[in-house]
Amino acid sequence: MPRFLLTRVSSGLMVLLLVCLFTYLVFFALSPDPAVQICGKNCTPELIDQIRGNLGLDQPFWTQFFLFVVGIFAGRTYGDGAGAVECAAPCLGYSFQSSQAVWDMIVQRLPVSATVAIGAAVLWLLAGLVGGLLSAVKEGTFLDRFTTGLTLTSMSIPNYVLALVLQYVLVVQLQWLPFPQAVRFADDPVQWFLNFVMPWMVLAIGYAAAYTRLTRANVLDVLRENYVRTAYAKGLPQSLVWRRHALRPALTPIVTIFGMDFAGLLGGALITETVFGINGVGKMAADSIARNDQPVIMGVTLLAGFLVVVGNMVVDVVYTAIDPRVRVNA
Amino acid sequence: MTSPQTDLTAATAGGAGADDTAEAPAATQAAGAVQAGAGGTWQALRRDVGAMLGLGYIVLVTLVAIFAPVLTSISGWTPYEFDQTAIDPNLGGMPIGPWGGMGAEHWLGVEPGSGRDIFARIVYGARVSMSIALSATLLTTVLGVSLGLLAGYFGGRVDLVVSRVMDFLMAFPALIFMIAVLSALPASNRSTLLVVVISVFGWPYLARVVRGQTMSLAQREFVEAARAAGASGARIVFREILPNLRSTIIVMSTLAVPGFIGTEAGLSFLGVGVVPPAPSWGQMIAASVKWYAVDPAYFLVPGMCLFLLVLAFTVLGDRLRAVVDAQEGR
Repeated sequence: MPRFLLTRVSSGLMVLLLVCLFTYLVFFALSPDPAVQICGKNCTPELIDQIRGNLGLDQPFWTQFFLFVVGIFAGRTYGDGAGAVECAAPCLGYSFQSSQAVWDMIVQRLPVSATVAIGAAVLWLLAGLVGGLLSAVKEGTFLDRFTTGLTLTSMSIPNYVLALVLQYVLVVQLQWLPFPQAVRFADDPVQWFLNFVMPWMVLAIGYAAAYTRLTRANVLDVLRENYVRTAYAKGLPQSLVWRRHALRPALTPIVTIFGMDFAGLLGGALITETVFGINGVGKMAADSIARNDQPVIMGVTLLAGFLVVVGNMVVDVVYTAIDPRVRVNA
Repeated sequence: MTSPQTDLTAATAGGAGADDTAEAPAATQAAGAVQAGAGGTWQALRRDVGAMLGLGYIVLVTLVAIFAPVLTSISGWTPYEFDQTAIDPNLGGMPIGPWGGMGAEHWLGVEPGSGRDIFARIVYGARVSMSIALSATLLTTVLGVSLGLLAGYFGGRVDLVVSRVMDFLMAFPALIFMIAVLSALPASNRSTLLVVVISVFGWPYLARVVRGQTMSLAQREFVEAARAAGASGARIVFREILPNLRSTIIVMSTLAVPGFIGTEAGLSFLGVGVVPPAPSWGQMIAASVKWYAVDPAYFLVPGMCLFLLVLAFTVLGDRLRAVVDAQEGR
């Protein structure tokens, strides 16, 4: 077990390092000079040089990259002498736009993205599992065909289109939901909750459809297995066959996919957050891309990569716990 | 499994569903490796109402895209012409008339604010959507099939390298990275860039399945016979193995198209896709966000076109897979 974990962690770290390197490389090669950008109006060549020196932009690529990676683990100091700025341990640099520490910006917005992701995940898991099981039980009936049609349709709606349709129908026409407003949970919990209803629905629908199809396919596959036939032959009642023999192997693959999907969403739902104006990590990424705010984009890209890698590791560990077949070679 | 990035996964026709289930035919097909004639597939598909409706719509959009100049010369407006008489300056540029100004003059209404003809922009937007999605599919298929064949047939070090690259690309926060790269690069030739960027992150999903099937096909008698007869590696791969992968490749490519259409529209929606004033459906929807409450027709027209195109490809791919599975004795 420890050896298995060690390989997983080291390969995960490798992926992260590569993500980091690629993103850095792209910005290094493609971005317009950030020093000019920060300098803004009333700029002099001396000032640009000074900014370059402070940010370490005058160093060669590999030195810059090395300093960036070291900064994440050990923190770093920008500039020297009186004007030096200390950047504490998970140092992802400072935003070119707001001069805020990128790490602080992420920490501030992560709970919002988590709220969006968790709510949506609850919805899509419920809908996907129930829908998939139902259409597997009723295979070939009208209900099954209806569900299949519904999943294909839901999978095909681009979520920004759905977002606009929902806003138009639920908010403008029917007025079932209030217009989204920025409120704190403590000030107005009802409005706060209602703000999230549409984003949850919009995010959940595509996943719910995919999970319905997956659940249905897996359950039907397992029911064709020999050991299920054996269980029936032993005279076990149907409910027991399903509970003991069919559901567990059918649902384990869903754990894998759920872990990855959820981790991906935590890193920010770019489009949904932008459309609904939710101030999460995704919107922050979209905004900083528009403004070419390189450190923030780097930070969010790394965070997203990190979450996916960690999500994968958690899934592997959970998998060995629920699927005895994996344990042997682990 | 799923492309684990942000919510574009949900937007692009649930990548999850498409990928997971694709493994199933992979296994059965490699076991069977029977080639059902293309004629049989077409016969079975022709009896399927959903598949035919989807195909019909795809053909329609393709024809519209090809004959865009002819159509706009009949309708009388080019996509770049401003019609100040169709909008009401006193109402902030709202289209005159119901349903966003639909009527004999402007068949699908006009854009609020500018008065550009929506029909013309839809027709030219179809060119963008179709050409980008189909080129990306072509490039993805070429990359996925050749790298999958290489890894599966030669194994060893080649396989190790290709598999590592695939793992890396699939764990990469692709959406954020795509947006960052596209926003950093000059806007001169966005269409080509979009195709390249989408394909670079898209090929591993096909390559993984092709690799698996190639590995099992390489063990079969007919490959051994060819080898004993002195056939070269290239000949075995292209003449013996590749024909057996035909149906898998067709099914997976068809199922990939809706994802690419959604990705292109999503990137254009976020402002890093096709550069205005060139029309694209995603970009039209993005422009309509400000007007959704007062002019719903403005987002409904491109939204419907996009949704139906994605749905058409999804249904066609889904039915195609069902037919192929049935033929291979599933």
